[in-house]
Amino acid sequence: MAQFTLPKNSKYTEGKTWPKPAGASNIQEFRIYRWNPDDGANPRIDTYYIDRDDCGPMVLDALIWIKNNVDSTLVFRRSCREGICGSCAMNIMGKNTLACTLGIEDCESDSIKIYPLPHMPVLKDLVPDLTSFFAQHASIQPWLQTETAEPETEWRQTPEERSKLDGLYECILCACCTTSCPSYWWNGDRFLGPAALLQAYRWLIDSRDEATGERLDNLHDPFRLYRCHTIMNCANTCPKGLNPAKAIAEVKKMMVARAV
Amino acid sequence: MVDNRFDTRVSMRTPLARVKGLGASGHGVEHWWIHRVTAVSNIPLIIAFVIIVAALANSPSYQEAIAVISHPLVAIILILAVISVANHMRLGMQIVIEDYVHDKGYKIAALIANNFYAVIVAVACLYAILKVSLGRILL
Repeated sequence: MAQFTLPKNSKYTEGKTWPKPAGASNIQEFRIYRWNPDDGANPRIDTYYIDRDDCGPMVLDALIWIKNNVDSTLVFRRSCREGICGSCAMNIMGKNTLACTLGIEDCESDSIKIYPLPHMPVLKDLVPDLTSFFAQHASIQPWLQTETAEPETEWRQTPEERSKLDGLYECILCACCTTSCPSYWWNGDRFLGPAALLQAYRWLIDSRDEATGERLDNLHDPFRLYRCHTIMNCANTCPKGLNPAKAIAEVKKMMVARAV
Repeated sequence: MVDNRFDTRVSMRTPLARVKGLGASGHGVEHWWIHRVTAVSNIPLIIAFVIIVAALANSPSYQEAIAVISHPLVAIILILAVISVANHMRLGMQIVIEDYVHDKGYKIAALIANNFYAVIVAVACLYAILKVSLGRILL
């Protein structure tokens, strides 16, 4: 059966409460998931306090502040700090999002809780193992495929054809949607997940691509595509405001269009 | 099935090889499409079914029930309702099993049981409808 409870070694315990910053008047509490693969202990929730007057406005700023000023062992991914690299995706206040585009203020909480993306193996602290996620993306062959001899210049597209890629090309592969999907939690080994399927649709609908049929063949499977039950967590959580559920519905419509 | 996608002690296949697995099975659209078609056909058929059953509940005797159900239109609607609903139930339950039952043995057993159950229930209903509907001839 699907696993509804955490395995024994994943149950978390109360962790360390780190000291409050000295002389600070504007303090914000953070409760952050910690797990170290080397110490053999269960995960724990550490409590941190930051000085809001000394820290930037975003949750990522707070994490960097903690790493610089309180606990240098806290591990998380980050790069661009402006919502385009997708590195700092994590579960903040129960919702998968990018730490760099979510304001501390907008969490509206006395105690902001931060966990790694759900249901993925954790490498350390807030860093999940996304190997399979990226392999699933690679499996849909996310590149232009053509047989016609390449033109001297670029492949041409009408403005209308180009506009069909809007709402799809913006995906940054942060994995917020895929890791929020219950179908992916239960069948992540066979279901491709919303991010990979949104990308699959991005290439299916590209007017320049000549492998549409082969792409559909590759998705025509009860598990790869049809595990999507339009739960819509993906569209709810996407920090870029995209709608993977709609893209998947369009793929299902294409499947029917070539069958009936 | 134990999820060992990331466990390199179990398998040293590349992540892409594990994701590709046995390849796309090449079916699924029929299941999805017929599930939708039966969802649509269920709407008028179940409404008609409820009206017929309400009419039957009103009739005081078995003879009157025979009179209602032996009408060809009523019998045909009931038969169509049973076929549509049983099919929809079978397809829907299969999705639930595929979602939640991961042990290979249990999954195959559950899928077989699901098919058997749907067919047995449908055939029992069809037999009952035909027996009552044709009761006047057979009596």
